[in-house]
Amino acid sequence: MITVRNVAKEFTLHNQGGAVLPVMAGASLQVGPGECVGLIGASGAGKSTLMRMIWGNYRVDGGSIMVGETEVAGAEPRAVIALRRSTLGYVSQFLRVVPRVPTLEVVAEPLLSLGVPKDEALSRAGAMLARLNIPERLWSLSPTTFSGGEQQRVNIARGFIHTWPAMLLDEPTASLDAGNRAVVLDLIREAKARGAAILGIFHDEDARAQVCDRVVDVTGFGVAQ
Amino acid sequence: MSEHYNFAYLDEQTKRMIRRAILKGVAVPGYQVPFASREMPMPYGWGTGGVQVTAACLTPEDQLKVIDQGADDTTNAVSIRKFFQKTAGVAVTERTTEASVIQTRHRIPETPLTEGQILVYQVPIPEPLRFLEPRETETRRMHALEEYGLMHVKLYEDIARNGAIATAYAYPVKVEGRYVMDPSPIPKFDNPKLSNSPALQLFGAGREQRIYAIPPYTQVISLDFEDHPFEASKAPHPCDLCGDEGSYLDEVITDDQGGRMFVCSDTDHCESRREAGHTGRLSPQEDAA
Amino acid sequence: MTETPLLKVEGITKTYAGRIGCKDVSFDLWPGEVMGIVGESGSGKSTLLSCLAGHLAPDTGRVVFDTRAEGPRDVLAMSEPERRMLARTDWAFVHQNPRDGLRMGVSAGGNVGERLMAVGARHYGNIRAEAIDWLGRVEIAADRVDDRPRQFSGGMQQRLQIARNLVTGPRLVFMDEPTGGLDVSVQARLLDLLRGLVREMGLSAVIVTHDLAVVRLLADRLMVMKGGDVVEQGLTDQVLDDPQHAYTQLLVSSVLQV
Repeated sequence: MITVRNVAKEFTLHNQGGAVLPVMAGASLQVGPGECVGLIGASGAGKSTLMRMIWGNYRVDGGSIMVGETEVAGAEPRAVIALRRSTLGYVSQFLRVVPRVPTLEVVAEPLLSLGVPKDEALSRAGAMLARLNIPERLWSLSPTTFSGGEQQRVNIARGFIHTWPAMLLDEPTASLDAGNRAVVLDLIREAKARGAAILGIFHDEDARAQVCDRVVDVTGFGVAQ
Repeated sequence: MSEHYNFAYLDEQTKRMIRRAILKGVAVPGYQVPFASREMPMPYGWGTGGVQVTAACLTPEDQLKVIDQGADDTTNAVSIRKFFQKTAGVAVTERTTEASVIQTRHRIPETPLTEGQILVYQVPIPEPLRFLEPRETETRRMHALEEYGLMHVKLYEDIARNGAIATAYAYPVKVEGRYVMDPSPIPKFDNPKLSNSPALQLFGAGREQRIYAIPPYTQVISLDFEDHPFEASKAPHPCDLCGDEGSYLDEVITDDQGGRMFVCSDTDHCESRREAGHTGRLSPQEDAA
Repeated sequence: MTETPLLKVEGITKTYAGRIGCKDVSFDLWPGEVMGIVGESGSGKSTLLSCLAGHLAPDTGRVVFDTRAEGPRDVLAMSEPERRMLARTDWAFVHQNPRDGLRMGVSAGGNVGERLMAVGARHYGNIRAEAIDWLGRVEIAADRVDDRPRQFSGGMQQRLQIARNLVTGPRLVFMDEPTGGLDVSVQARLLDLLRGLVREMGLSAVIVTHDLAVVRLLADRLMVMKGGDVVEQGLTDQVLDDPQHAYTQLLVSSVLQV
C-alpha cells in the first residue's frame, strides 16, 4: 500500500549562501495492508522527514513514493489533495486549525470533505471524542484552548474518524495517560484489522512492541555529513 | 410677436440640432440622446429642456397649450405660454382637444390625446438609475447592456421599507421592451397613458442636456414584482367640483380646522365637465327653477 | 482525474507603461480547489487578480473558463455583455474593502437580492426569503435584513459582501485580501465561514493575500509572486514547509511566531 523506493531529499538554504544539505538518500521501505511498521532511528535521523515526504508535505528530490495508485513524488497538488481526502490519513504531533471552530467540527471535517452528511459526520465525531474521553462540555469549544494532552486526543480523533486505507502516525501516544494510550492502541489495532497500512513513529517502546509488526531503522537512509 | 427674436427664440441652427436629437430619440424609443442645451432666459427647473424641445417643434400654425401640475393658470405655465406668444406668436389654448403641441410639467392630460398631437415633458433628472448608481459612465453601460437589475433593487427597497412600492411619481418604465426610462415626475396614475398613445411624446432635460422620446403607439410598461404588481393609484375620492370619479386629484386644504377638498388637477378637464353640467360635492347649489 | 480545469490561465502578462505588472503567469485551477496567491506589495498579485477577473485587460495571455453552457471559453475574447453576465452569475469577486463590493445606501436584503434581480428574479417574496436565508448562512440575524451596511460592523459587512456574491451559486470566487482590515478574532470566524462555504458549495477560489496564516488554513495550493514573476507554486503546506526558492524561504522565515 505504501512503497518507498530509493528516495532522496536535500535542503537548499538560499539565505545561508545557498548551502545544500543532503539529508536522505536511498530510502526504501514497504508497508502492506493490515501491517503496522515502526520507524526507528536516533533523533534527527530522518524519521519525520520521511513521513512528511510520504504525506506530500516535503518535496521528494529523488526516487519514488507510491501510496495506493498515487505517485507522490512530483505529484500535482490536486493529486495529493485527493490522496489525503480519501486514501491517506495523518496524525501529526501538532494541531493546526482555524481558531474558534468547535472541536466537534474540527474532528468531523475530514468526513464533511468526503461528502458525508453533516448530521452523520457530527455524530460520528462525537462518538470518537467520547471514546477518547474528551468531555462533552468541551466539544463546542475550540481545541486551541485545550491542554497538550487534550489537543493530542483531538488530533487522534480527527486522524481516525475516517477509515483511511493508509495512515501515518507521528508519536500518537505521546503525552497521553495510560487509559487514553490504551484507547489509541485499540484504534490502531482496529485499523490494522480492517486492512489499513500504517507507518508510525513511536518513541514509546512498549506501544511500538504492542502494535508494530516490524520496524525499519532509518539510520541507513541518512547521508553521512 | 416681437420682431427682435428669431421664430420661437432659438436660432435655426440650434433648432436643427435639437430636431436631430429628437429624431434620434424617436428612432430609439426611451434612449437618452445628448444635446447641446442652450442658455434660456429662465432658470433651470423652469422647464428649459421642455422649452427648447417645444421651440424646435413649433410651426406658426400650431396651437400651444402649457400646463404645470395639470393647471393652465400657474406661474410656470403662464410664463412659458407668454414666452412663446412673444417669441413665436403662435396661438395658445387651454383646451387639450384644440392643442397641437402641449408642454407639460408633472402631468398627462386626462383627455385622451390623438394622432398629430405632440406632448412635451419637462424633465429634471432623466437618468432613472442615477440615485442608485452615481457614475454616468456606469449607467450608460448599464443601458447599453440592458443591465436593469438595479432598478428592481430600488423597488425592492421601497417594499422592504414601506410594505408596498411607495414610489408615487417618476415611476420607472420599460419602453418597447428595451430601455428603462424615467417618465419625468408625473404621478404613477398617469403611467398607463404613456403606453400605446396616438400622440408623440418628447422629453427634454435642459440642465442634464438629454432628450428622449416615445413615438406614437409604443409599448410602455411600468416595472413591478409578480407579487407586488404596479397600481395606478389616486386619492379615493370624486372631484368635489365636477364629480369625476376617475381623474387625478389635488388635495386642497380649505381652513385650519381640517377642512379639505379634492379637485381635478387637470383644470381644463374639470372645467369642460362643469360646462357640460357635471357637479360635485362642493359645487355651488342652484335653486331648483 | 480526466475532468476539465475550471479555469485555465495561460501566459498572462500585464505591463504599466513598460513596467512589469505580472509576467507570463500560467496555472490550472480545478473544480473545488482554492488557490492562494501571496507576495509582498508590488509583487503583481493584485494586478494578476484584476486580469483574471476581467477588471484589467492583460497585454497577452488567455483566461479560459469552463462555462456551463458552452464549455471552455477564453474570457478575454468574450463580448462585454457576456463577460459581465458571467461576472454576476458564475463568478464572484470579494473586495478587501466591503465598501467597494456593497451598495452602502441599500439594505442588506437589497444587497443580497441584487444579483437575483439582475438575472431576472421578479418575485419580491422569493427574493426576500432567499436573502434572509443567505444572511443566516453568513451568520447575520434575519431581523437585520432591512438595515443598511453602514449600520454593520466591519466583519458583518464582509460577511454581507460574501452573501451578496454567493447568492447566485457561483462556481469561481476571486477574493482580494478578504480578511484584511479585520480584527484577528473576526478574521478567524470569517475563515471558518469561507471554508465551510467552499466545501458545501464545491466552490473554486483564487485568494490574494499577504497573510501566510490565511492561506495555510484556506488554500489547497499556493502561488508565490515577486516582482511580477511567479517564483514558486505548489501544494500550500509543501510550499510553506519545504520552500524551494530563496524568496519563499525568506518570506516563510520572516513570519512572526506566536
